[in-house]
Amino acid sequence: MKNYINYVAATLAIATLTQCKPKSASQVVTGDAASKVYVAPGKYDEIYNFVSGGFSGQLAVYGLPSARLLKVIPVFSQNPENGWGYSEETKPMLNTSHGFIPWDDLHHVALSQTDGLDDGRWVFVNGNNTPRVARINLKTFRTEEIIELPNSSGNHSSPFLTENSEYVIAGTRFSTPLEGNNDVPISTYKENFKGTISFIKIDPTSGHMSVPFQVVMPPFNFDLSRAGKGPSHGWFFFSCYNTEQANTLLEVNASQRDKDFVVAINWKKIEEYAKANKGRVTTSKYAHNIYDDKVHSATSTISDGIVQFDAAELKGMIYLMPCPKSPHGCDTDPTGEYIVAGGKLAATIPVFSFSKMLKAIENKEFDGEFAGLPVIKYESALYGEVPKPGLGPLHTEFDDKGNAYTSMFVSSEVVKWNIKDLKVIDRKPTFYSLGHLMVVGGGTKHPYGKYLVAYNKITKDRYLPTGPELAQSAQLFDISGEKMEMLSDFPTIGEPHYAQAIEASKIKDGQVRFFKIEDNQHPFVTKGEKESKVVRTGNRIDVYATCIRSHFSPDNIEGIQMGDEVYFHVTNLEQDWDVPHGFAIKGAAMAELLIMPGETCTYKWNPDRVGVVPFYCTDFCSALHQEMQGYMRVSPKGSSVKLVWSLGDFSSDAPVAPAEKK
Amino acid sequence: MKKQNIFLLTLTAILSSAMIFTSSCGGSGEGAKTDSTATAAVANPNGIGEYTHVELSATLNEEMIAKGKGIFELKCSACHKLTDAKLVGPGWLGVTKRRSAEWIMNMTTNTEVMLNQDPEAQKLLELCLVRMPNQGLSGEDARSMVEFMRKNDGQ
Repeated sequence: MKNYINYVAATLAIATLTQCKPKSASQVVTGDAASKVYVAPGKYDEIYNFVSGGFSGQLAVYGLPSARLLKVIPVFSQNPENGWGYSEETKPMLNTSHGFIPWDDLHHVALSQTDGLDDGRWVFVNGNNTPRVARINLKTFRTEEIIELPNSSGNHSSPFLTENSEYVIAGTRFSTPLEGNNDVPISTYKENFKGTISFIKIDPTSGHMSVPFQVVMPPFNFDLSRAGKGPSHGWFFFSCYNTEQANTLLEVNASQRDKDFVVAINWKKIEEYAKANKGRVTTSKYAHNIYDDKVHSATSTISDGIVQFDAAELKGMIYLMPCPKSPHGCDTDPTGEYIVAGGKLAATIPVFSFSKMLKAIENKEFDGEFAGLPVIKYESALYGEVPKPGLGPLHTEFDDKGNAYTSMFVSSEVVKWNIKDLKVIDRKPTFYSLGHLMVVGGGTKHPYGKYLVAYNKITKDRYLPTGPELAQSAQLFDISGEKMEMLSDFPTIGEPHYAQAIEASKIKDGQVRFFKIEDNQHPFVTKGEKESKVVRTGNRIDVYATCIRSHFSPDNIEGIQMGDEVYFHVTNLEQDWDVPHGFAIKGAAMAELLIMPGETCTYKWNPDRVGVVPFYCTDFCSALHQEMQGYMRVSPKGSSVKLVWSLGDFSSDAPVAPAEKK
Repeated sequence: MKKQNIFLLTLTAILSSAMIFTSSCGGSGEGAKTDSTATAAVANPNGIGEYTHVELSATLNEEMIAKGKGIFELKCSACHKLTDAKLVGPGWLGVTKRRSAEWIMNMTTNTEVMLNQDPEAQKLLELCLVRMPNQGLSGEDARSMVEFMRKNDGQ
């Protein structure tokens, strides 16, 4: 508590010193802010905003400018709300070389691009803890693929995308000893530890990911990255810290050197090199999980063998640019000429020039080598520095008018500056201590601009208090004018790291509304009630069930025995938008299933006691939803009760009495 | 007993609010294809939708019947019986005598609008209390259903 007070006091003191003391909200919000965020009932937002859910492991989708939460897309964490990671079909998506893992820490978001513009096909996100990259299909808003990255620890510098989605890059935060030599003293960090940068190739049609090669790097902590664009297309720029190569008390020991590096990597040359050279093949195992909408199921394949190249052997492909004190963000502007790095502990924002960098390489303006890699002279690649921008610059995004917006963590503000003359134009406080920020289309060649969102690390007093744990906080700004205008505050899920946003028009009309039942190739699909049945194979029971408003077929099952393993394969026969059915069994150690129209999902249940067990539809589906239920009878093992199933007291075509009136 | 009444009331409330909602959305839903504020006072025997004239041949088309049967088993039999008995929706026996082919095809392809505006469809909704789902039938599918229904009616 005392420490916290000291910390807050120190933050405030620093803020006061630099004259950017956060004002109260009433001071910063102007009169017409409300009308700018008001989206009338029934009207759509202008923008989709994909926001990392941080330690929730999921991806949140907001509409802007209203900041209404539209969906939480489950990615790396199990989601009992819809059965993600619980159903038999989705469990393989969370498989890794370590086995099934129910959680991860999702940090960064990258929308797929074509020619440097967001194309609205996919969004890529990273799992930080157990290194993975996921691809989400924006036609279904579902995670469709997850690939694990071997020889990687702390997949922070990921996922960053080239301008035609050729590659997604993934660099390591933690350097570790690599396989074959991994049981070593931690104190041998400098000799034995290595970082890696994985190149994930994207199939342009299917979006499927593969890892053709990895580059083994010196043991720095790679932090963030951006691909070049336009003239700098073909390059990646990484920020890194801990060039001190410390393995303990990094807070102090990794902050010793005056400058760390921005690493410039010519990926096109490395790609050519990789095609012509065999490289070293490791035996590292990694999981590759793919969800297929035709079979409504995922498969997980454990692959092994990754091709590696040592950075030192890639002569003329990797260069180091000194960058003041522990750079964090590393962002390329829309023209591709400028690379902006934010030194967490620096008092300026250095802006590198891509053309100057090329010239410096050509003229060999080097300051020697570091870990076998040439170091370009700081001044030789530097375009200029933004003087006194604020404290703790982290991330920079860009608008459509040649301006940059940098988040200042320590002084808790957004600073707007001009890329050409490097002069500060405006600064606005955020509440409190923002990390990432994003401009709509801010990572593209032609930003959409208009809105900026700051994602804050500290929430404190912004909302009605909810005990010790608070929602995270984001703030929406209108950046269409010369001065930024704060429009609204909104809480977010998990801890929002990076986010990206795209015009709704690029996504909304391509949505899948339901899955065609005719195309359902699930091995346990039930195409019509006539086909519903129950099959016993040893102690395995497969229930081929259907659902439609508002009943299950079958809804009475007898002959299940203790010790049986019951697989309830539920096919939703509906063929209309927004008619999922839910499914749950009393006492099952499971989350519910939500079954979309035309889809088949499987619920695994191990009966744990003799008796009659109810099941029901969990998603309100019609006026008679409350009637959508059934029973299963569980008998002792070896019981003579026959396996029978039924729906209603009639066969499908026999005349029956009219349904009883309630 | 009282409890049941309350439940019925709630049901009616939910249903009527659902109907009000869909019949006044006018914005982006599929119900917006036609002007939904005007209530059709006089029933059009064709119903509402793109089918205004369907040619029926004297002899039944066996190919269409087979296709219609397949669709019935996959998408319809969960709620409709081939007898005159009501299940979730009305039994199909005699349907081709009660309704025109156009009405059947509009009901099966333009379901939302029919439920919101066609007086005959609305009567059925009041009777069955479950909105018939749009099962994503193509025009060809719907035509096959008519043929299958004609066969079921012994034509």
